[in-house]
Amino acid sequence: MSLPITEITSNKNVFVDNDPQDELITLNLGPTHPATHGVFQNVLQIDGERIVSGVSTIGYIHRAFEKIAEHRPFYQITPLTDRLNYCSSPINNMGWHMTVEKLLRIEIPKRVQYMRVIVMELARIADHIICNGILGVDTGAFSGFLYVMQEREFIYEIFEEICGARLTTNIGRIGGFERDFNEIAFSKIEEFITRFPAVLTEFEELFVRNRIFIERTSGVAAVTPEEALSYSWSGPILRATGVDYDVRVVSPYCSYEEFDFEVPVGTNGDVYDRFLVRNEEMWQSMRIIRQALEKISKEPSGVFHADVPEFYLPPKEQVYTNMEALIYHFKIVMGEWETPQSEVYHAVEGGNGELGFYLIHDGGRTPYRLHFRRPSFINYQMFAPMSSGMLISDAIINMSSLNVIAGELDA
Amino acid sequence: MDNQSVLNRLKDKFGDQIQNPLEPHDLLTVETSAESIIDVLQFVKSDDLLQFNYLTDITAVHYPNQEKSFAVVYHVHNLYQNIRLRIKVYIDGQNPVIPTATVIWHGANWMERETYDFFGIIFEGHPDLRRILNMDDLGVFPMRKEYPLEDPNRVDKKDFYFGR
Repeated sequence: MSLPITEITSNKNVFVDNDPQDELITLNLGPTHPATHGVFQNVLQIDGERIVSGVSTIGYIHRAFEKIAEHRPFYQITPLTDRLNYCSSPINNMGWHMTVEKLLRIEIPKRVQYMRVIVMELARIADHIICNGILGVDTGAFSGFLYVMQEREFIYEIFEEICGARLTTNIGRIGGFERDFNEIAFSKIEEFITRFPAVLTEFEELFVRNRIFIERTSGVAAVTPEEALSYSWSGPILRATGVDYDVRVVSPYCSYEEFDFEVPVGTNGDVYDRFLVRNEEMWQSMRIIRQALEKISKEPSGVFHADVPEFYLPPKEQVYTNMEALIYHFKIVMGEWETPQSEVYHAVEGGNGELGFYLIHDGGRTPYRLHFRRPSFINYQMFAPMSSGMLISDAIINMSSLNVIAGELDA
Repeated sequence: MDNQSVLNRLKDKFGDQIQNPLEPHDLLTVETSAESIIDVLQFVKSDDLLQFNYLTDITAVHYPNQEKSFAVVYHVHNLYQNIRLRIKVYIDGQNPVIPTATVIWHGANWMERETYDFFGIIFEGHPDLRRILNMDDLGVFPMRKEYPLEDPNRVDKKDFYFGR
């Protein structure tokens, strides 16, 4: 909506230049910069190579998701959630579906829950591949990134087999999945977990005991657990400081309590610890996927959605011939079903931390208020205070290890 | 420690400043007033029994038909025993002012800036209350219900015809 221009204002200073002798330089890091992963800006005041202070400006990719969500029925909000943390969009989708199912009190069959776990863990691996690979690139090591990106392409192929899309997946429906995983999908998932360990081992050999990498990242941007909790950090960066808060363990959802996995925890919260925590989480995710495949094989096959005809669309062939299916289809699309007036908060463990959905519903066709508790947004607020006193190169590495995804930052 | 004991502890300390306790989907929700919110948050954080040490989120909701139109919602989380608590503060729509929670948790900084940006709620004592996601000279508070989603002057996209 364009407002008429009534006055021309000079560019507002983001901060006041308090250096009368002009020894400090103002450096504009972003919004388009090869080192920042996404569009966000930091205006830094630097003294040579060292940052004196910085101010973050974000909002370059704000797309008004919360406002749009007040005008869309539940099943049309899933594509919006895709675009939050677009590196691991299945996790956002599943989190949203679970929020709605919590509101509507829908019970999901076990097989569907295990399928959801597989999809979410694959997305988590994909997210950590990007973060660790790009952290390597930011320190100058490009080859590791290329090797693991090939595995991320394979994960994309798995998603494409399941839902048709690679990045913004819109996987699943309220009540389950839109179609069962076919044999090609299962065989690709098994192929992935057989071939990824070798690639990840090679990636580790490149970085974990690499002296240059350790000197570059160890001791940089160390954070104490009290500070991290005070800034409401969550996810791998919080676990790198030593706090073992993982939403999958503390408030389990989607049958995570049945899986046997460990939560890696670091010691001093620096960039090296965050790298190692994400690396180990990838190994644990593969462990979870293996267990989920076993559990699926023990469940009755062919079940891929809950039996909720009020919210799950019937198969299209039946809609053309069967009266009940036609009525259900009509009522779902037109939003004629009664939904409870309630408010629900559901959190999942996203790639960056606790991704929360706060949904207030007034019984209508669309939510009354939907708020996304976005981990990248909340984690990033510490970046500017944290970077005063750091070298620029350390601040860049710090930013990559925070894994700020611009879509989730702004929403 | 469960929801009932949390509620009893809050009621023992604050009496009738804690109102309307509900448990939608097993998450204890209480209401309080803008004058007592900082005391309540400080108490739930530092009390030895309650130990709500983690601030999950701060957001707001706009109810234009109510007298107190804005509800500022705080979600806090006890990481030791996995108990969540939701605290709502209803404030007046004409003059929405509430004290800031940045004195208790640093993480409240950007959360309150986002709430100010979208709803226009002034957080007294906030170190840097300015817009965060929208442009600085937007002039309106977009998440309020009176602000339309789409440009009302456009003649080609009417929500009504799209079934919304």
